[in-house]
Amino acid sequence: MYRAIQTFLVALCLLVSCLATGLRAQEDIRPLVDALGTGGFPQKIEAVKALAASGDAKVAEILQNLSDGKLYAPKTGGSVYLAAPTDGAYVDVLTGAPVADAPGNLAKIRLNNGLRGAIGAALSQLTLLSPDRAARLAASQDLLKDADPNNLDLLNAALAEEKDAEVKATMEAARAVILLKTDASAEDKKAAIGTIAARGNRDALTILTAALENAQEDLKPAIEQNIASIETSLAIWDVAQNVWYGLSLGSVLLLAAIGLAITFGVMGIINMAHGEMVMLGAYTTYVVQQTLHAVAPEMSDYSLAFAVPAAFLFTGLVGIGIERSVIRWLYGRPLETLLATWGISLILQQAIRTIFGPTNRQVDNPSWMSGAFDVGGLAITYNRMWIIVFSLGVFIALLLLLKRSKFGLQMRAVTQNRRMASSMGIRTPWVDALTFGLGSGIAGMAGVALSQIDNVSPNLGQNYIIDSFMVVVFGGVGNLWGTLVGALTLGIANKFLEPYAGAVLGKILILIFIILFIQRRPRGLFALKGRAIEQ
Amino acid sequence: MITQMLFSRHEKKILWAVALILLAAALVPLANLLIPEGSFFHVPGHLVPLLGKYLCYALLALALDLVWGYCGILSLGHGAFFALGGYAMGMYLMRQIGDRGVYANPLLPDFMVFLNWSELPWYWSGFNHFAFAALMVLLVPGLLAFVFGWFAFRSRVTGVYLSIITQAMTYALLLAFFRNEMGFGGNNGLTDFKDILGFNVQAGGTRATLFAATAIALALALILSSAIVRSKYGKVLVGVRDAESRTRFLGYRVENMKLFIFTVSAMMAGIAGALYVPQVGIINPGEFAPANSIEVVIWTAVGGRGTLIGPIIGAVLVNFGKSIFTAAFPEFWLFALGALFVATTLFLPKGVVGTVQQFVASRKEQRQADAVEQAYRDKAAAETESRLASLEPQAAE
Repeated sequence: MYRAIQTFLVALCLLVSCLATGLRAQEDIRPLVDALGTGGFPQKIEAVKALAASGDAKVAEILQNLSDGKLYAPKTGGSVYLAAPTDGAYVDVLTGAPVADAPGNLAKIRLNNGLRGAIGAALSQLTLLSPDRAARLAASQDLLKDADPNNLDLLNAALAEEKDAEVKATMEAARAVILLKTDASAEDKKAAIGTIAARGNRDALTILTAALENAQEDLKPAIEQNIASIETSLAIWDVAQNVWYGLSLGSVLLLAAIGLAITFGVMGIINMAHGEMVMLGAYTTYVVQQTLHAVAPEMSDYSLAFAVPAAFLFTGLVGIGIERSVIRWLYGRPLETLLATWGISLILQQAIRTIFGPTNRQVDNPSWMSGAFDVGGLAITYNRMWIIVFSLGVFIALLLLLKRSKFGLQMRAVTQNRRMASSMGIRTPWVDALTFGLGSGIAGMAGVALSQIDNVSPNLGQNYIIDSFMVVVFGGVGNLWGTLVGALTLGIANKFLEPYAGAVLGKILILIFIILFIQRRPRGLFALKGRAIEQ
Repeated sequence: MITQMLFSRHEKKILWAVALILLAAALVPLANLLIPEGSFFHVPGHLVPLLGKYLCYALLALALDLVWGYCGILSLGHGAFFALGGYAMGMYLMRQIGDRGVYANPLLPDFMVFLNWSELPWYWSGFNHFAFAALMVLLVPGLLAFVFGWFAFRSRVTGVYLSIITQAMTYALLLAFFRNEMGFGGNNGLTDFKDILGFNVQAGGTRATLFAATAIALALALILSSAIVRSKYGKVLVGVRDAESRTRFLGYRVENMKLFIFTVSAMMAGIAGALYVPQVGIINPGEFAPANSIEVVIWTAVGGRGTLIGPIIGAVLVNFGKSIFTAAFPEFWLFALGALFVATTLFLPKGVVGTVQQFVASRKEQRQADAVEQAYRDKAAAETESRLASLEPQAAE
């Protein structure tokens, strides 16, 4: 209670003092305004600067009127008047009250390019006081860049009134940069260096490096130390950014590979049509979105919520169809399965190309998936973040399904000993079909996610199939955790190699690494231990 | 002794196939060059390189059959060996252009001038000699196969794992050759060839000769393959295919056997690529695409793996179909190819030749069985007769 009253009182005092400042300033700036009408262009430019630096709320309006050619002054110099919008009457510049006794020899205050430039610059500084947050932020960022010491008073005035944390931080940084240029005391400068260093980004590094050159000797160690610490923190953020990009790529790989881990890892089927299942999922998203646009446009922001189950069901059914019609005749002949599913992938690709055409289809991001936010030095886009969340969610759901459900138990039983499972009453053909359907359905869900970050074209799946196989083989067959570790490792490794080797060469290096890795550990990272000499 | 091994003890049908191919090597160029246009027997000029292309594919399929059909190694990267052989030949042909390129640089190919390169990279030196290029056609794919196989077979990477990493190999090469920095023409590859051994590659005579050379190379490869397959080594190879562990336990060095056949096969694929490039007139990174390598597998499967003749028939048949289909119904070619993959694996696992062989073999077996049964019956009848005859006197008593 006491605290609340205290806060209220403090706020009240602030308000009163602000008002008082405002009133006082209005009379203070009259000579400054009158100076606009006196002397040649150089004097007028000085007058504009002085007016701007006063920090008064009226200044912006006055300068705007000046630039619009509405201000009049006697040719010989003297008080400045504003032309009234209607007839030829004049009004007071500051109060807006009609002026009866205006002199007769008034002429429009003329402008030249130099004066116009000065007005423009002054106006942009004045937006520091604008009620619009975005305008203030932009103005303070401009100020941070050019850091003109003349603006210090204005900046101080703006700082006193600023409430928004981000704008205030920018203003403080700008003030610090300006302080470094003036002959402020060593303490102030040290504090200023601290303020700049606290920003810790690349701009701060540039500012400090520039300041280092013409700083006093006793300040140099402080600046150097801060530069070093910024560089370290930037390096750490760089690593964090790479890890983030890597996680993002890894989660995409995980989504694409996890269905493969089921069909390849659990069933031993090489499904070359897996990429096309991903592609079908992406096209399902497109169809769902188009349908919603036509049927219920107000729901289109939630189209993904419909697309995920739709894609799962559709690709799952296609998968079951493929298993029942083709793959079940080929069990025990993995190489032939590979060829047959490759043929299926060609048919699916061409079918989609015939139906939807060869060009990319536009799938829109919903509003909650566009945009980005900053965490420290990290820029995090929402769509990447949601895809990571989604892929982890799919992974956990799948893990639970395999370990905790009856279907999962049956699936593992069939994997481990088909004949024994069959003897115990498990309908192995059904389990096969459902498992394949599950793997395909997950691929379809991956397609929904990929439609948000990649082009939806008939070739979508082709871009991921080899990478997905690499993930499964690297992680170890028949182990979902291996797939997780494999996907994230490859994703992160890829992104760490990219800055040094370039995207393509990085990918080649990864492929070579995996080829060599398989030689060392032919069964992958998390191999199932067993005594069989071959499978 | 080697000649004896090469030319004796071949199956009759292999010899027939070789004779047919050699006949084509003679007849097609003659029909193109000597028989006047308009005659029914004239082979038009544009068909000669097309037929030559089919034969190159046939040679590639034959190479794949050696490893897949006889050793059970399903390589999904044979297109890479083919393309490497092609690039080696392409580099020779590029150097032959000399100063006739667009930029008229006597030393550098056009794309290097375009990239502002000032000198020839070291790995391009020597390719102005045909002999060196021909050596590289064999060595580069062979060496890659040797190194790759040495690692893979020694650590017992088998089955689908091997298929997947061979696919990764060709994919990595695809990405690498797309890079301009590699110095192989990047995306556009090598093209705009002028001369081979001083003859214009576009000329009818050169094309006919190239066709004949391809056919002869195919015939020789067929003889070599047949010799390998029918040798003792070839028999053990089939053992490796059917029961790798058992063969190893019997004391054979399985990895060395695989390595040998893999390397030989890669070299054959390289020769096929080298003959392909001057006839088609271009080599670009697209040849490394994993899809191409898988297509080779389907040619082999359609024709019949493990039969040597089958892949040749399969490659020619499928590519002939492709030429017709892509001209008449371009939309449906992928449907047809996809259906071919599925249908072959489901209904024709032994391929055309394999199925025919099986049919013939079963007929033969049936006939033999019939004959044996007949002989048994005859013998039984004779025995009964003689026994009856020996019984007769007793009956008379």
